[in-house]
Amino acid sequence: MTVAFWVLAAAAVVFGFGVFRLNSMAQVTFSLLASFVAVAGLVLLLGLSYLGVVIVLMMVIEMVIMAVFMIMYMMNPAGLMPMAMYHNKPGAMAISVGTFVLLATGILLVDWPRRTGAPAPDLTFALGRSLMGEQMLTMMTLGITLFATIVASVVLATGRGRYDRLGDDLDAPRADDPLGGGVGR
Amino acid sequence: MTLQLFLLTAAGLFAIGLYGALSQQSIVMLMMGLELMLNGVILAAAACWYFLAPGGTEGQVLIVVVVTAMAVEMAAGFAVATAIYRARQVDMTDGAADLKG
Amino acid sequence: MNEPMPIPAQVTLPWWWALLLPLVLIAAAWAVTAFDAVVTARTTGRRGGFAVPAREVARLLVGQRRRTVAADPVLWRAGSAVLPVAAVLAAVVIPLGARPVADLGIGVVWFNAVEVLAWAAVWMAGWGPNSVLSLVGGYRFVAQGLAYELPHMFAIITAALGAQSLRVTDIVAAQHDLWFVLLMPVAFVVFLISTAAMAFWGPFDAPVAADLAGGAAAELSGADRLLFSGGRWMLLTTAAAMAVPLFLGGGAGPLLPEWAWVVVKTAAVLAVMVWARRRVPRIRMDRWTEISWMVLVPLTLAQALVVSIVVLAQGGL
Repeated sequence: MTVAFWVLAAAAVVFGFGVFRLNSMAQVTFSLLASFVAVAGLVLLLGLSYLGVVIVLMMVIEMVIMAVFMIMYMMNPAGLMPMAMYHNKPGAMAISVGTFVLLATGILLVDWPRRTGAPAPDLTFALGRSLMGEQMLTMMTLGITLFATIVASVVLATGRGRYDRLGDDLDAPRADDPLGGGVGR
Repeated sequence: MTLQLFLLTAAGLFAIGLYGALSQQSIVMLMMGLELMLNGVILAAAACWYFLAPGGTEGQVLIVVVVTAMAVEMAAGFAVATAIYRARQVDMTDGAADLKG
Repeated sequence: MNEPMPIPAQVTLPWWWALLLPLVLIAAAWAVTAFDAVVTARTTGRRGGFAVPAREVARLLVGQRRRTVAADPVLWRAGSAVLPVAAVLAAVVIPLGARPVADLGIGVVWFNAVEVLAWAAVWMAGWGPNSVLSLVGGYRFVAQGLAYELPHMFAIITAALGAQSLRVTDIVAAQHDLWFVLLMPVAFVVFLISTAAMAFWGPFDAPVAADLAGGAAAELSGADRLLFSGGRWMLLTTAAAMAVPLFLGGGAGPLLPEWAWVVVKTAAVLAVMVWARRRVPRIRMDRWTEISWMVLVPLTLAQALVVSIVVLAQGGL
């Protein structure tokens, strides 16, 4: 347990550093993924098996998509030459080191309360009951937020709206799409 | 394996992410920094749940919320990046400083 | 069912099965490869084909590694190595007979999470060599994965919904009276389709297709290619084997022992997939993705709704 903790914690932090040290965008993305997987391992170590595995599932998908966007929006994505795209580096360094010192002092000085209660026998079941029970409002808020995000991101990112596809009066018999789909529209 | 060690690791991840979010010029790299900060939050939530109040499910629910926040952040962030790039070929935060007072 | 089910003793195989599992999987993948080669030989009017996998393995083992200009060796090698590892990790929760190697309480989520590693693997293998055709292959697989992951997930979760458990052995136990393939036929069919897509098999092999000179695998040679294509066969076998506990009642069946039924059913599923690859044409990527988003996702959602109503009507939870 202790060994696993140290290995995973070190991996999480080292790969986290890698995100801002490596030159290749693809490697940066997968370094972030490795950091996430290490954190998922730590979460598993604490007994939260469902959440740990879900973090892995989500982050693999998210990072692969991220890699696509990275390469779309970055110059020099393959890291063929070193690059530096920073602004206010000393200030950022000072703020983040200061934040870490502040957090660390707090963590070490606070008199943490004692552990109360014991984990439920089936944590996944407990989480499900909680989300469908007393935390229902949280769950519904999350659902609506996600739905709003889907709508908002499609609206923001779409290049050709319905007037481009169906004409100024939206009365074109067939949508004018550059690529046809498989359902024959 | 103590609460302090877990929280220190989380604080480390948070601080690295904060550095990235503040210092990177590229919008995409900035979002990597934000993700790394949320990564630290996940770890801290799990550790607090386990070492302080394992009887409840609030810690687990908090992790679900943070994971959702990550997905929302990424989707909305890339949508904005796409929109701003399409409008004026900007992929750096410094190029989108119109609202700077 | 207010309390979680008690965990029965002796649900997992002995620990040394963990060492044996990769070998079992390799043997199964080998058999599928040989079967496919035999069918190919027959359709071209030749005989034999049994020796094709052995010949291929020997050829690739002695083959030299290809080098390309300004490659990204870390991600490239990792890409081909991750595929077989993901297949073995996914196979951990599949019951070989009555018991799996590891009976995880979140078995189906684990299976899905590990399977998704294939996305990262294929994209990395496509990105690594700094070659246009292989990068296009990698991107094709990302688009295909995105489109087919949702129906895949919904199909798997529908089986879990029917059993009211994420544990694979519980799902098998819940099919004691009625196999899930009869209760949820749509989910089963969608599972097979999306499995082919996730293992870039059959009509969904555009990411490694000939129009890209091999796509994501275009620049792979030697041991890397062996890992990549071997891993792909293993992934296909694992995913097909997962259909057995999820929809086909696991090891249930008359006369034969449970492990034999698992083998027979897995072989049947694989035979269907090998057949389908020869019968269904490879269609352009954009068409396949739209079919998934517009047809398969609504279908699986409706299926999940139906199954949950059935579960509620039977007094579940």
